[in-house]
Amino acid sequence: MGGSSRKHPKISLRLAKAGRGGLHCVMKQRSGSRILTGTRIRERRLALSRRQADVARAAGISAAYLNLIEHNRRPVGDHLVLRLAAALEVSAAELAEGREEAQIAALREAAVRLPDDVAPELDQAPELLARFPGWAAALIATARRADALERQLVTLSDRMRQDPYLLTTLHEVLSAVTSVRSTASILAEGGEIPPDWRQRFHANLDADSLRLSNTAQALVAYLDSFDTQDAIFTPQEEVEAWLAAGAPPVEEAGDLASDAARALARVHLRRMEDERAALPDAALAVAAEDSDPLRMAARLRQPLDLVMRRLAVLKPAGFDSAGLLVCDGSGALILRRPAPGFPLPRPGDACPLWPLFQALAAPQTAIARLVEAPSGRRFRTLSLATRLQPMGTDGPVLTQAQMLILPEEPGSPGSPDLLIGPACRICPRANCVARREPSILATV
Amino acid sequence: MLDILMIEDEPNIAEAVRFILTREGWQVGLHSDGLGGIEAIRGTKPRLVILDVMLPHRSGTEILAELRGDHDPGLAATPVLMLTARGQASLHLPQADAVLAKPFANDDLRAMVRRMLN
Repeated sequence: MGGSSRKHPKISLRLAKAGRGGLHCVMKQRSGSRILTGTRIRERRLALSRRQADVARAAGISAAYLNLIEHNRRPVGDHLVLRLAAALEVSAAELAEGREEAQIAALREAAVRLPDDVAPELDQAPELLARFPGWAAALIATARRADALERQLVTLSDRMRQDPYLLTTLHEVLSAVTSVRSTASILAEGGEIPPDWRQRFHANLDADSLRLSNTAQALVAYLDSFDTQDAIFTPQEEVEAWLAAGAPPVEEAGDLASDAARALARVHLRRMEDERAALPDAALAVAAEDSDPLRMAARLRQPLDLVMRRLAVLKPAGFDSAGLLVCDGSGALILRRPAPGFPLPRPGDACPLWPLFQALAAPQTAIARLVEAPSGRRFRTLSLATRLQPMGTDGPVLTQAQMLILPEEPGSPGSPDLLIGPACRICPRANCVARREPSILATV
Repeated sequence: MLDILMIEDEPNIAEAVRFILTREGWQVGLHSDGLGGIEAIRGTKPRLVILDVMLPHRSGTEILAELRGDHDPGLAATPVLMLTARGQASLHLPQADAVLAKPFANDDLRAMVRRMLN
């Protein structure tokens, strides 16, 4: 892409100037649409197989003047467009200026993205649009589709690079390989090696090669599982990527590839707006001087779950790195904004020991737990489940739980209440009573 | 005084590296956790630190940043060789003096350490 934009410096310059809306841009636009109008008049006349002189007479102008107009050498005023439209039996709007500006811009954009050895006649884009609207539309649609696919591909490769399973497994492989390579070289290089060291190296080689073969098998099994999954990223993952990118406008967000994701994002924005209205930034910032969310809620006379969600969004002092997980009554995570360092697996997976799930069993009771991740990082968590009967007493009871996550300074005193993990498959804790499937990691 | 302090949590890698470098005649110390890493550097004042990027509790990059910000200018300037398990392409470790990607050849490690100590 860099190559083609270098190839067409004039285009990018023109687009940049148009964006600024300066005088240059206005002139360009005017000449652009004037070309269009004249060409369209000519096309329409030829389509009706009428002579220039006849149409000119019907419109009350000379044939020579119409000829100049048709070749885009004279501007056409509004009144004249009306008369020509009547003579040509079309609506004035169809001949009028400005209608196709966006399409011309789209054609030019499509041209910019072409390979370097393809050089379409950019000056004739308006002509193309007027004479072959169907082909022009096809070209624009194709370019847009290529654009969307390119974006999707970039997102996909980003996802692959950030996939927690792949990253963890590859780290395992690299660690084992590093040890095997160094140790094997020591033994192969010869030289003086005391017998006890030699024995240790042999044992290490044995252990590392076993670890390597287990990890390689797990990796193959994991990659195989891609075949059976519908899609690598779900609408929820698209929304998470969009949130991580700072929630740009939904229509312009490259992360939101699917309709479902865009719909989810809009719902999310609406809810955030409602919640901001209920608990404005300023009020929350003042209340957040007290570090306890429960006392904050009492002082604000607002429900605790709202205070928790707003803290995770506004991140006032003391909550700068706050993360939030939200799940529904089935335990399915519906929002994941993790705190830095918090072990998070792929969507649809979770550690059953997260206090978030304990909260589901004890609605309306705030549960504070200091948890420790396998990395040794600790997090203060506050979890709360709420219940709602939006359809009245006859309707279903909806439960939702949320967990506010606050990273602890490394080396802070105190012992953790709970040893948690990301999800069993990538969790190294060997003797965990909550384990539901074997880990792909060498367990400790 | 230590020549080299290695902070690495993989015991088999640490053992192999210690053997290789000790055989070259250098004094090598080990620390196996991100936690206490900076204290170990301050306590031993080695001539060279070999630092793994991915450590439990605290990452190698965090330790490196703290070392470079140390109020003792001599300590803050300690040469640091970073070991990383990520591809070279994705690396950005401007505060490190040298970077070695895992897995590495023992000869490369020896040569790099020799260059940094001389």
